[in-house]
Amino acid sequence: MKANYGYLDGSGEYFITIDTDLCIECAPHSCVAACPANLFEIIVDDYDDEVAAIKEEQRKKIKYACGPCKPVTDRPMLPCIAACTPGAVSHSW
Amino acid sequence: MAEKTKEYWRWKEYNWHDENADPKDAETITAGVDVGSVSSQAVVMLDGKLFAFSNMRTGSNSPDSARNAMNWALEGTGLTMDDLHYTVGTGYGRVNVPFADRAITEIACHARGGNTMYGSTVRTILDMGGQDCKAIRCDERGKVTNFLMNDKCAAGTGRGMEVFADLLSVPIEEVGDLSLDIDEEPPPVSSTCVVFAKSEASSLLREGWSKKRVLAAYCSAMAHRVVTLLERVGVEKDFAITGGIAKNSGVITRLEKELNLKALKSNYDTQIAGALGAALFGKALVEKQRKKSAV
Repeated sequence: MKANYGYLDGSGEYFITIDTDLCIECAPHSCVAACPANLFEIIVDDYDDEVAAIKEEQRKKIKYACGPCKPVTDRPMLPCIAACTPGAVSHSW
Repeated sequence: MAEKTKEYWRWKEYNWHDENADPKDAETITAGVDVGSVSSQAVVMLDGKLFAFSNMRTGSNSPDSARNAMNWALEGTGLTMDDLHYTVGTGYGRVNVPFADRAITEIACHARGGNTMYGSTVRTILDMGGQDCKAIRCDERGKVTNFLMNDKCAAGTGRGMEVFADLLSVPIEEVGDLSLDIDEEPPPVSSTCVVFAKSEASSLLREGWSKKRVLAAYCSAMAHRVVTLLERVGVEKDFAITGGIAKNSGVITRLEKELNLKALKSNYDTQIAGALGAALFGKALVEKQRKKSAV
């Protein structure tokens, strides 16, 4: 399942997509520790699979929470994407 | 001083049960309660078949709203809450349903409910709820494959439509048909924010626009807003719409035009999709429990 966490508002679309089908097999769940804003958590989803998700209280402010990892110039690979070995995490902006 | 008493946004609350079905014949009685931000629904199923439901406004207290919806669904059926084998809570208030055995997100429940309401060919479901909008892709079993939800703004939601019904003094049930009774489609109002859209509508009324034209402009803005959401997850046939706005012909007609795709029709009430899905999850979970204990 592709879970899109975030929102769209007048200024743009801000979604972090987690492909939970790739997440299921991932034991270290490195995304949780890698995110400096502490956005990720491991949950048991509706189908009883252990997968990564964006914390509920962070979902409406990811534009700002992710801001420090997204400088305008010389942007390195985002820590969450770099840490996710199955390649399950992507950002829309 | 004259007091304004008419509430144009207030939609009709109702309950229903199948008088031809006998709960005593049922092996499994499950229920789903969808406590949404604007409305709450309770559904009771006998062996996976719809038996009773209620649809009412959510109050300020989620546990009370859940209890009231369930009691109203059970009214006149001869059943009480003690007769339910499994109850699943869903919606915004799902964790505040005191009598639920489990809470499941409304996204999974709408996919499951939509699969039953519209058939297994449904691949894209748009849930236009009271204060959020969800675009859901699912497989032939009603399992979610992709979803996206927008609850940052009331634009494109039922609450936004209620605001407009009140502003224009038009009963909410009539908004859709009235918005289609126009000679020429007006440009849409702001789709970014309900507050902006409302101010724009007030200006248009002052300029001499008719109520029907303003409603058409808002329905069009709403359709346009949700198309952006749908495009993000991708629209695959068959396409279906759940939630209260599915009853608004003005929004649906314009949405179908923008997508160049017809939405499926169903004999079920579109507002009970979440609760129906929750009750179906309940049935599957009871069966799983029984299998486990039989081993």
